[in-house]
Amino acid sequence: MDYFDRFAIPHPSPAIYASMVAIGLTMIAIVIGLTYFKKWGYLWSEWLTTVDHKRIGIMYLISALLMLFRGGVDALMMRAQTAVPDNKLLDAQHYNEVFTTHGVVMIIFMAMPFIYALMNLVVPLQIGARDVAFPRLNALSFWLFFMGAMLFNISFVIGGSPDAGWTSYFPLAGNDFSQSVGTNYYLIAIQIAGIGTLISGINFIATIFKMRAPGMKLMKMPMFTWTALITNAIVVFAFPVLTITLLLGTMDRLFGTHIFSMTNGGMDMLWANLFWVWGHPEVYILVLPAFGIYSEVISTFSRRNLYGYKSMVASIVIISFMSFLVWMHHFFTMGQGPLSNSIFSITTMAIAIPTGIKIFNWLLTMRKGKIEFTVPMLYSVGFIPIFTIGGVTGVMLGMASADYQYHNTMFLVAHFHYTIIPGVVFAMLAGLTYWWPKMFGFMLNERIGKWAFWFVAIGFNVTFFPMFFTGLDGQARRMYTYSEATGFGPLNMLSFAGAIGLAIGFALIVYNVYYSTRHASRDIGSDPWNARTLEWATQTPVQSYNFARTPQVDSIEAFWDYKKNGKPLFKGEIEKIHMPNNSGMPFIMSCIFFVWGFSLVFSMWIPAIITTIAIFACLAHRSFEKDDGHYVSVEEIEATEKDWEVLADENR
Amino acid sequence: MSELFPRKQVMGFVFSLVLTAAALTVYFLDVSFTVGITILLATAFVQAAVQLVGFMHVGENEDKTMIYMNIYYGLAIALFTIFGTLLIMVWDM
Ligand code: HEM
Ligand SMILES: [Cu+2]
Repeated sequence: MDYFDRFAIPHPSPAIYASMVAIGLTMIAIVIGLTYFKKWGYLWSEWLTTVDHKRIGIMYLISALLMLFRGGVDALMMRAQTAVPDNKLLDAQHYNEVFTTHGVVMIIFMAMPFIYALMNLVVPLQIGARDVAFPRLNALSFWLFFMGAMLFNISFVIGGSPDAGWTSYFPLAGNDFSQSVGTNYYLIAIQIAGIGTLISGINFIATIFKMRAPGMKLMKMPMFTWTALITNAIVVFAFPVLTITLLLGTMDRLFGTHIFSMTNGGMDMLWANLFWVWGHPEVYILVLPAFGIYSEVISTFSRRNLYGYKSMVASIVIISFMSFLVWMHHFFTMGQGPLSNSIFSITTMAIAIPTGIKIFNWLLTMRKGKIEFTVPMLYSVGFIPIFTIGGVTGVMLGMASADYQYHNTMFLVAHFHYTIIPGVVFAMLAGLTYWWPKMFGFMLNERIGKWAFWFVAIGFNVTFFPMFFTGLDGQARRMYTYSEATGFGPLNMLSFAGAIGLAIGFALIVYNVYYSTRHASRDIGSDPWNARTLEWATQTPVQSYNFARTPQVDSIEAFWDYKKNGKPLFKGEIEKIHMPNNSGMPFIMSCIFFVWGFSLVFSMWIPAIITTIAIFACLAHRSFEKDDGHYVSVEEIEATEKDWEVLADENR
Repeated sequence: MSELFPRKQVMGFVFSLVLTAAALTVYFLDVSFTVGITILLATAFVQAAVQLVGFMHVGENEDKTMIYMNIYYGLAIALFTIFGTLLIMVWDM
């Protein structure tokens, strides 16, 4: 039995045992349900093997929402623990595990898939393409991400969660100070998901460069596509750094090297440095797609074209470059001299300028517009003041000398939530509501949506604004409790109340999905928001081939021109369409990756070697496989397209 | 005849051999660490450039400017990261 001891949890508690049982029961329920309803075949042929960007997008979306739930429960646990002084709900060890998994889950396994969900769903449609450039790689990206996420999530019931923070600084995360396998999970799960992300980055750059509809010059691309392009460029430049950093960390933990150790010639601060070389660009990877979504939403619901298109493009390009020049602001207090602190202070403050330009552009877009406060628009308008607070406090943190005061306090925690929540969560909710009808063929209820918005927006501010004060008063982050004498009690209680408000908001969103699925009208046409870009020129729900005929574009808002000035979008005859075949390989290969990761986490070398060979075998199989895809015939296309308005319109 | 002879490729091949030999001298000659690393870095970068231009045809494509821009962008980021790290971790510590 000794062999199995390693899978035991080092710090068990009733809550963890309860979750083990819950996970076990859910899995059994899923298996029984699928068997009972005879859905295995459907699941396999329609989802697990799909290469359709829209379906992959939906799978990303579901995973992101699940992870949002998981991270949200972590967050509530932390807020509950700190709500009153000297609380005993969680002990120090559990608190460490909870804030670590909260951070990792939210950034790597919630925000990233959410972004890729929307990019998958929207980018090919916006540029008038039939799929991404490499559909099968796209499926591989998703499944690698998914298996990484699952591997990370089983840590708390098998072997123990990581507990060294989402930044996982060595030497703390090294074997000497973190003996459980938790940090192995961190290193390897993120590695697997990260490979998926890097592949997506390449895939989307190729898609956007090579697959745009005829006439869509770079400077005629919709804003969301622009931000997707630049985001993926940052991914391609930043993620290799993460890959190597994680690899070096893995070497230290599994193979006894001394890269990040304090003795034997290791450089103990190098992890922090490398982590943030990836980490700061990563925060812009998170926020740029949001900028794109807001640009689309604000221009649609102000009924005006986007103000300052060129300056928008210029500022995202500048942001993408500058995001690589500021990483040191995360460790001003590490002990280097004033020269480097000053240089990075200046670059940090400079990056606020292009961001400011964008804020003004959105404001000017709304000026004199006929604004319609739909749910996506509410999130977009709410974003502007909240994100500005986040940016302004960021500039405060960016002054190295002042940062000695703020660093690692709740003030910092408040700052980054004031940027990430409006900059990712609000944007994703706006995008979700906005593109929902395109994905699912009905709209989410506006009334419930607005209630949810107010709960989220107010709940958010009530949760995080008090942290600015407790932080300035000296409450450190990542501390599991504090004494009554500090006086932090009341404001932390207020934070907890806000967190409950946020939770209600998210519950309302879930309820809204349920409610609208049952009650919403299915008869909404293909363009319910009266929008401006090409994704609305498709049928709802979108056909597997997206466009029967490739659209011809000659302006930034081709679909708007078509609607207002009757400029034809689709010309010529319908021809047969070449589409890629489904494939089970991405899923199978990712399952092997999962076993590989699990074996490495527990240093089980034999399965690790076997799975490594199996992974290479999958690659080899792909190289020799012949798969030319298939054609959709003209008759089939004509049959599916015949009742559809845009086409019918043109044939009049 | 002259069109048939892959002059550029042969020159590139010879040049890359020369560069490899130059890098190899670091092992055989007894030079100091700094000199050795300088030679290695210089030959590595020139080698990469030879491969890109000579054999991977970066300049022979309609997307030429795009590709060059990407390379410069990547180089700029890489250099900034490396020298930034050196500054933070070594020179200014
Ligand atoms: C005006 C732009 C911004 C400036 C000047 C800025 C500045 C800073 C500085 C100086 C820190 C480190 C503070 C410390 O550790 O003491 C920091 C932390 C952080 N910022 Fe920002 N920031 C900006 C925008 C953003 C955006 C847009 C995001 C994300 C979408 C973001 C996410 C974060 C995160 C996640 C951390 C903390 C990470 C950690 O230590 O766990 N920031 N920011
Ligand atoms: Cu940063």
